[in-house]
Amino acid sequence: MKYSALSVFLNGLRGNTAWQKMWRAPDPKPQYDVIIIGGGGHGLATAYYLAKNHGITNVAVIEKSYIGSGNVGRNTTIIRSNYLLEGNNPFYELSLKLWEGLEQDFNYNAMISQRGILNLVHNDGQRDAAMRRGNAMRLHGVDAEYFDKEAVRRFAPYLDVDQSRFPIVGGLFQPRAGTVRHDAVAWGFARGADSRGVDIIQNCEVTGLRREGGRVVGVETTRGFIGARKVAMAAAGNSSRVAEMAGLKLPIETHVLQAFVSEGIKPFIDSVITYSMGHFYISQSDKGGLVFGGDIDMYNSYAQRGNLSMVEHVAEAGKTMIPRLSRMRYLRSWGGVMDMSMDGSPIIDKTPVENLFINCGWCYGGFKATPASGWCYAHLIANDAPHPLTRQMRLDRFARGNMLDEEGSGPTPNRH
Amino acid sequence: MASLIDCPHCGKRPREEFTTLGSAVTRPSPSADSETWTDYVYLRDNPRGMHDEFWHHADGCRRWIVVSRNTFTHEFGGTRDAAGIAPMISPTEKTSQK
Ligand SMILES: Cc1cc2nc3c(=O)[nH]c(=O)nc-3n(C[C@H](O)[C@H](O)[C@H](O)COP(=O)(O)OP(=O)(O)OC[C@H]3O[C@@H](n4cnc5c(N)ncnc54)[C@H](O)[C@@H]3O)c2cc1C
Ligand SMILES: [Zn+2]
Repeated sequence: MKYSALSVFLNGLRGNTAWQKMWRAPDPKPQYDVIIIGGGGHGLATAYYLAKNHGITNVAVIEKSYIGSGNVGRNTTIIRSNYLLEGNNPFYELSLKLWEGLEQDFNYNAMISQRGILNLVHNDGQRDAAMRRGNAMRLHGVDAEYFDKEAVRRFAPYLDVDQSRFPIVGGLFQPRAGTVRHDAVAWGFARGADSRGVDIIQNCEVTGLRREGGRVVGVETTRGFIGARKVAMAAAGNSSRVAEMAGLKLPIETHVLQAFVSEGIKPFIDSVITYSMGHFYISQSDKGGLVFGGDIDMYNSYAQRGNLSMVEHVAEAGKTMIPRLSRMRYLRSWGGVMDMSMDGSPIIDKTPVENLFINCGWCYGGFKATPASGWCYAHLIANDAPHPLTRQMRLDRFARGNMLDEEGSGPTPNRH
Repeated sequence: MASLIDCPHCGKRPREEFTTLGSAVTRPSPSADSETWTDYVYLRDNPRGMHDEFWHHADGCRRWIVVSRNTFTHEFGGTRDAAGIAPMISPTEKTSQK
């Protein structure tokens, strides 16, 4: 069923009884062309583009819980393409372009809102780095603007610009960045993939990879063996666990990141603002809640919950940036487990095991990458060759010494 | 995570007194081959279960210690001094965004 204003109107007249389920709940077939492990944003987007761009529809997405239960439904929904490095920027810009057309493309309202992102800077070093990044973006044809202190003050009058602790000297603004309704992204890609024939199999955990003569021939699951010509991992925070099933050790550590939402208030913050001291970022959802977060909890964790000391740290950072947050009440907080890579950048590649592909290392920035990741991963799986934009996102780049380290913080996953 | 860490030198202390570095991997000999070094610097077992990691008792005795901790239940399995295994230190200032 195609969604439109007319379909909403007509279904309203019929008491909303004629809506169909957005995707089927099929039993697994014995054999697929491609099995994708993990029904997060990246797995579902990959299935969608495999079907849409490459006509490969005999595909299953296998999800151990329900789709959207992982990070795709836990993130703070920021999308942007304000990256510095050659190996990153054009990829994230492809993603932003795909976001711009996504709702029409998959016929689903994902509430994509290009409200801009402002990265504040607090000293000369950060200002120079922001300008350099802005210039690099503009060389790639991406929108970037530097705001001086007065421009920041006009743009976001609620910021404590002249504070004694971390005075704000300016900021790098990307007007086309913004926010998205994250669940709708999972649902839109799932519906689009399902309608093209992809089987979405929920509550089915992959427990092993079956190999014959070295090459992968399918997956063992809690619902039995399922055969496949190609198997593609997209398990985010559990990537190391799935890779281990094939005897692979990854340049990944799993860490928890928390996020928070306040009670709903009237329109207050109309953009996304990031603080570069104390690490804090904030936006306001269309429902009125302030959505914010900060650092990861710093220690390895597979538990989807965080520590109170980080809650306190985030609140303190927020209050030095926007003092009036001290009157707000937290409504909820939650955590997601992320695949932090050794250089802070992702991996989209074949593995040394034949027929096995990998997509991981998204750290806390993989939501914005969802469409481009699916697009490029589908390209790799269909053609057995990397998409040109992911040439620097290879698995062996660590051994070759070709890190893609946007922040220059070295092989310490909890510092990216 | 538990709110107390049992420092081998200071006893049970609040978790906020400590900072963490990551896996307590042992540094290979300088003459080891590049595959061994790549493994040490970049590859991690990343277990869902017991994990040995470096913590620094920054606001206490300032010793590096090795903490065994379950990465899923967050239970502690014990701590010992890190003497003999050298942690890799890296700078901490950062400006990352989500
Ligand atoms: C609190 C928080 C805030 C964030 N904020 C942002 C942000 O503002 N902007 C941004 O760009 N990014 C953000 N991120 C990062 C982003 O959410 C992730 O990088 C991205 O969602 C990861 O890809 P995914 O959607 O495919 O992951 P997931 O949704 O986690 O998908 C992985 C799926 O694999 C499944 N799985 C795992 N193991 C198995 C198995 N053995 N068998 C079957 N299924 C399995 C899991 O159940 C899960 O559903 C944030 C993350 C968190 C936690
Ligand atoms: Zn101590």
